[in-house]
Amino acid sequence: MIISVASGKGGTGKTTVAVNLALSLIDSHSVQFLDCDVEEPNAHFFLNIHTLQSKPVFLPVPEIIEGKCTYCGKCAEVCAYNAIAVLKDNVLVFPELCHGCGGCTLLCPEQAIKEKGQKIGVIEYSSENNLQFIHGKLDIGQAMSPPIIREVKKHINAAQTIIIDVPPGTSCPVIEAVKGSDVSLLVTEPTPFGLNDLRLAVETLRILKIPFGVVVNRADIGDRQVQNYCLKENIPVLMTIPMDKNIAVAYSEGKTIIETQPSYKQKFLELFKKLKKLKK
Amino acid sequence: MKQIAILSGKGGTGKTIVSASFATLAQKKVMADCDVDAANLYLLLHPEIQESHKFSGGKKARLITEKCTLCGECVDTCRFSAISEKEDGEIIIDPISCEGCGICSHICPVEAIEMENSISGEWFVSRTKYGPFVHARLGIGEENSGKLVTEVRKKAKEIAEKNNLDFVFIDGPPGIGCPVIASLSGTDLVLVVTEPTLSGIHDMERVIQMAHHFKTQTACCINKYDINLKNSAQIETWCKKNRVPLLGKIPFDDDVTKSIVQGIPLTEYTNNSTSKEIKNMWQKLRNLFAREEI
Repeated sequence: MIISVASGKGGTGKTTVAVNLALSLIDSHSVQFLDCDVEEPNAHFFLNIHTLQSKPVFLPVPEIIEGKCTYCGKCAEVCAYNAIAVLKDNVLVFPELCHGCGGCTLLCPEQAIKEKGQKIGVIEYSSENNLQFIHGKLDIGQAMSPPIIREVKKHINAAQTIIIDVPPGTSCPVIEAVKGSDVSLLVTEPTPFGLNDLRLAVETLRILKIPFGVVVNRADIGDRQVQNYCLKENIPVLMTIPMDKNIAVAYSEGKTIIETQPSYKQKFLELFKKLKKLKK
Repeated sequence: MKQIAILSGKGGTGKTIVSASFATLAQKKVMADCDVDAANLYLLLHPEIQESHKFSGGKKARLITEKCTLCGECVDTCRFSAISEKEDGEIIIDPISCEGCGICSHICPVEAIEMENSISGEWFVSRTKYGPFVHARLGIGEENSGKLVTEVRKKAKEIAEKNNLDFVFIDGPPGIGCPVIASLSGTDLVLVVTEPTLSGIHDMERVIQMAHHFKTQTACCINKYDINLKNSAQIETWCKKNRVPLLGKIPFDDDVTKSIVQGIPLTEYTNNSTSKEIKNMWQKLRNLFAREEI
């Protein structure tokens, strides 16, 4: 089963929920944890991942073969991302704009373009006992996170219980991360900001036709609007976590909830049961 | 005119609280919400929309089924797995996975794929009691949030120049990728709002390194600094070592949540010590500009 943990708004507790769920399950399940927040991956702090193996991620970008190029301009014409400009006797390539679609290479009438790998980040992974961990890390200054997320997700082993930590937002990196999940968990907080972004996340998952439930974190702050919204929209609230300064302090030190309050393990196991029922 | 981007790396550290407070403190300014995925600033500024514009960030492939001969060439060519073949041979294009590169339409031997403009968002110019405000809404699951950010910033800058304003405040998105780069390129200063957690520190370091990579000056502030004093001290040391001015340390305060529930920028909601700290930060920021250090 593939469970993605998302939220729309940042800082609501996605990583907290994802890692506690994973650590609650490892006694009874073989778990694969994929941190797909490749711009700012944080889950490794909480999972006590020490020895990481690493491999680079390359995006195929065009390289012009001097001598073969006739400066006809076809590549610039077909590039939807303005990543190539053809001048009178020169071709400029802007790799940071390239999506790696391969169009220019394929459509060059002179076969004057070959692809070379531009490093945009790394995948790091480790495997200890019942926990296989994989995360991606976008290189600083690079813009394109979806290719790294795709690379992380290539490691999915469907025989395991898979937990995906999703980046905040609702645009392409989020879609890339949640796509293919059996069920999603939306972590929110009961404030107007939380509600606003929860609505967007709900719309996203409805478009993708992924069943989902909500975790309300810091459930006793703010107002009741999030709970009212879930009730009205018939969205199951699968778990609530109260505001607890001890949890916040433990989080700041890279400690999990179940580490500081072991009674939560049972709650996360119940959450997992509810998620299994939600799965289509 | 100075452009200031408020970023954080990690989400939920308090970018929007700081942005909205600055909106109440600065005199001649325009506000821009560049977190176009999950925009929140409007919840505190209560804009009255004056203009709205459709945003078309790119194109999407559409199959003309009558022309399609089911040859499957497009399926093999698409690198985004947006085109698939069902068991009965029917070709399906998934608009959400489509990145609009258009190769399928070029290679289709019978011209059965058309690239259509996709309306992927909207942007607005609004009036607020704090001054002009440019904001946007990206369609769900859409590409090109960076392009929409650029659109919002272009308009905000134009308003600032036309009205002789002193500041453009850019409330940015979390992360360090495409929309963040679009939010900080060409700004005079990036103010990073962080929190004293391992995640907050890690993400702050990455976003500041990114700003420096693009040769943009940075300043920093710590939100909820009293959650972990040891980590806050570590941030201070890091900032000193990397010559990043630390503008302030905002305490953990229940009033912050209350002000969000009321929909009022913190500095207007209360004059408590938290609010005063943000006012101090604004003063320090102005001094940095006045001394022409930025």
